Amino acid sequence: MLNIKDLHVHVDGTEIIKGLNLEVNAGEVHAIMGLNGAGKSTLANTIAGRDDYEVSQGTITYAGKNLLDLEPHERVGEGIFLGFQYPVEIPGVSNLNFMRTALNSIRRYNGLDDMSAAEFMKLIRTKAAALKMDPEMLKRFVNVGFSGGEKKRNEMVQMSLLDPKLAVLDETDSGLDIDALKIVAEGINAQRGDDTAILLITHYQRLLDYVQPDVVHVMIDGKIVKSGGKELAAELEEKGYAEVA
Amino acid sequence: MAATTETKQQVEDMAGEYKYGFTTDVEMEMAPKGLSEDVIRFISAKKDEPEWMLEWRLKAYRAWLKMEEPDWAKIDYPKIDYNDIYFYAAPKSQDKPKSLDEVDPELLRMYEKLGIPLREQEVLAGVEGAAKVAVDAVFDSVSVATTFREELSKAGVIFMSISEAVKEHPDLVRKYLGTVVPQRDNYFAALNCAVFSDGTFVYIPKGVRCPMELSTYFRINAENTGQFERTLIVAEEGSYVSYLEGCTAPMRDENQLHAAVVELITMDDAEIKYSTVQNWYPGDKDGKGGIYNFVTKRALCKGNNSKVSWTQVETGSAVTWKYPSCILAGDNSVGEFYSVAVTNNYQQADTGTKMIHMGKNTSSTIISKGISAGKSHNTYRGLVKVLSGADDVRNYTQCDSLLVSSECGAHTVPYIEVRNPSAQIEHEATTSKISDDQLFYCRARGFDEEEAVAMIVNGFCKEVMQHLPMEFAVEAQKLLGISLEGSVG
Repeated sequence: MLNIKDLHVHVDGTEIIKGLNLEVNAGEVHAIMGLNGAGKSTLANTIAGRDDYEVSQGTITYAGKNLLDLEPHERVGEGIFLGFQYPVEIPGVSNLNFMRTALNSIRRYNGLDDMSAAEFMKLIRTKAAALKMDPEMLKRFVNVGFSGGEKKRNEMVQMSLLDPKLAVLDETDSGLDIDALKIVAEGINAQRGDDTAILLITHYQRLLDYVQPDVVHVMIDGKIVKSGGKELAAELEEKGYAEVA
Repeated sequence: MAATTETKQQVEDMAGEYKYGFTTDVEMEMAPKGLSEDVIRFISAKKDEPEWMLEWRLKAYRAWLKMEEPDWAKIDYPKIDYNDIYFYAAPKSQDKPKSLDEVDPELLRMYEKLGIPLREQEVLAGVEGAAKVAVDAVFDSVSVATTFREELSKAGVIFMSISEAVKEHPDLVRKYLGTVVPQRDNYFAALNCAVFSDGTFVYIPKGVRCPMELSTYFRINAENTGQFERTLIVAEEGSYVSYLEGCTAPMRDENQLHAAVVELITMDDAEIKYSTVQNWYPGDKDGKGGIYNFVTKRALCKGNNSKVSWTQVETGSAVTWKYPSCILAGDNSVGEFYSVAVTNNYQQADTGTKMIHMGKNTSSTIISKGISAGKSHNTYRGLVKVLSGADDVRNYTQCDSLLVSSECGAHTVPYIEVRNPSAQIEHEATTSKISDDQLFYCRARGFDEEEAVAMIVNGFCKEVMQHLPMEFAVEAQKLLGISLEGSVG
């Protein structure tokens, strides 16, 4: 589904990703682990198409398409979702309005009509309830005044609503207490399926207690230096990055 | 239904009984170019005005001759040659577009986004012959803002063009005209007094809550016609009215001078809510063309416990010079000003309000949201003045500026004059640039760049937009997005 070859990415003139290779197939959950500064978030932002993340070399193919040719919103339309490490506040814009606009943008990209307000309300209430989100949160401005856990939960509700084929979750587990972590894990597990793939970016093993990855990669200094099964995560936890790599 | 369509429909529905507007068979008659006492006599005669009205105009004209064009605002425009303007209608242009195929595609794209029906697009774009079909929606100089008159008259509400009111209700007009904005108030107001073309008169009798929102919109249709509208709204004791002015659809146009005067008067316990959406032609991407909009809008809260609320969304015009104000004379009276001003490309807006606290326990709220993009300049200029006899005054002012590009300017010029120590005045101001993080977050949820900007800007303006009547608000939201197209950078 996702195929990255020899990827080099510059941000503000500095090379952050230095020849990364990664292949993720439908139905798989991959975890990318690494210390701060290893380039994990840069990878996530590059897949989503953020401006200023300049791909100087290499290719990213997604579902047979050259991903680098697509605008960020087109990538979303094609089924890519980025869960943010720091979800952004948008004052004055209600969560409901934001999510409905997002859903309808994707529907339009795929040649579908907008979802009616009534149908949308029904859908979003179900999604929020499944992730134990207080319906009042839907009326509030996007992420404004949300706690860290509420923001991450909001990301999960968005993911569930938009139902992506490839979810890239950037440190979705950071800053969560154990209850919130379990809810996020449930959200991720619910998104698992034969046709979907998930790329978890994290630097702790703890999320992986709840979400079993098929493949674990270790990222150091802009490259994946080691890949293995879920036991690699436990090994990292025990011995630290320096020794494992 | 777009307000524009609705109004047109209303006008068409009543076309049969409409007897005051001019008919389509009559070619527009014009005064010679330039301004003189003769031109003013011509205008007055054309309108079949009583002698006192002519005298009033002439007095204003003589005052205007001795006045200087103000230059204190942060706007820059070529000197206006008042002798090169038609002050009453204009000759029909010979080179009108023959069909929509000949109209600037940019303009058509905008109409489409606003959801304007084809027929109306033709009228807006000035396609030859189109205006004849829309008879009744002839927009120049003579107002057709007389819809639903019957229902209104049952309630005792007077809602008619000011030219009619001069003839039908001369006592009321004479009593109030020029009492809030005196003839010599400022250069542009004096000019308006001398040559005002038409406008609206509203009178809400004692204790009446106007049964509908009064909506009228003026359009500048003939090229090189200065437009000088005059609006007078009087709300008697305990009455209420909500008035909507403007139109979201942009017009094809040449440089045009526009100098309106709006006067509002509220008696004891009366309330006027005045909402404006202004989207006149702002000029092209290089700053060529566009409307010069010099407006004097002022309310007199004359009675105790009276209230005036101004809400404006300003996206159009090359130059905007406009300060809807409240004189809070009655005790416990309330003034509100909610404003969104968007400037893009080379537009310049210098807008704000004046809250003059004269009565005791008066309060005012000012919420101003300025959005600058392109190479534009956007200035908030506001005065809060508390006179010595005005005890226990409260004012809250919030001025937020949002910069969308790196070449634009946002300026905030607050004046605060307090002569009574019991006053509580609060002023908050922020300036921020639209953040890359916000834009990317929206884009990573499937919004294209323009949708992302529109969503963030609408959020920024939420506190103001929520004061607009529902239908207006929906159109205004779309308009904000369209006005800022291609502006990120």
